[in-house]
Amino acid sequence: MATTTSPRPAAPPDAREQALGRGRPVGGFELWTWVFMRISGLLLLVLAVGHTLIMHLPAGGVSRIDFGFVAVRWQSPFWRTWDWMLLMLALLHGINGLRNITLDYVRPPGWRFALTMAYYVIGFTLMVLGTVIVVTFDPTRWGPVG
Amino acid sequence: MAIRSRKSKSDYGSIYRGHEGQWSWILHRITGVAVILFLFAHVVDTAAVGWGPEAYDRITAAYDNPIVRLLELGLVVAVLYHSLNGLKITLIDFFPRLVSRIRPISIVFTAVFVLTLIPTAWIMLGQAWDLARK
Repeated sequence: MATTTSPRPAAPPDAREQALGRGRPVGGFELWTWVFMRISGLLLLVLAVGHTLIMHLPAGGVSRIDFGFVAVRWQSPFWRTWDWMLLMLALLHGINGLRNITLDYVRPPGWRFALTMAYYVIGFTLMVLGTVIVVTFDPTRWGPVG
Repeated sequence: MAIRSRKSKSDYGSIYRGHEGQWSWILHRITGVAVILFLFAHVVDTAAVGWGPEAYDRITAAYDNPIVRLLELGLVVAVLYHSLNGLKITLIDFFPRLVSRIRPISIVFTAVFVLTLIPTAWIMLGQAWDLARK
């Protein structure tokens, strides 16, 4: 897990570097998150943009979405997998984004730690909640589907 | 020492600071925060499906409001912008030499964003208008 109280690993001190901003981290956890943000971003370009356009643009828009819509849609393992991947990647990507922004703007170590831990707790809770629902959802408990 | 190899005269200084790029940088942050905050709520409202039709349909009824539909258009715009700008960042980061072409690349990405935005906004504004007239 990232240390939130110590400075992030960065390029060796260099006047030009410090004047111009942050580049790719040189190693460790920060390099992994840097790579993860880009790889997950490419996947989310398909998963998230596809999801928002599919849900909003067809006739009826989100008005057509109700319990029955989800029941029919999640009969397909394809859409359950899509939605689960979207859940996990979007949360990991978003939580790490919030962490990055916090490390940029929040200096006091206590606040950094508290905020970062809050993101981890919220992210973990939502990943568990979403995963349980996507995996265990069984609409037939409330009657026939369709 | 990856950072050494990608350092060129046009690097860093021109992508994120003192350049139009700083606007796409701040917009990237703002749209990213907006999307993750919505996602927190959206995971919870979708999870209501596990409590049956009554719970789910009552919670998602919150979306049947023209103002909320306008906010949703904002969400879709944020997702589109963040995705396309993120693709641009990734492209430049993985192929640093492209930074010398940052201006034409930015123009192409902006054009794709606007061209995607126009039909999306047209459709979603129509939906909000239909809902407002009901």
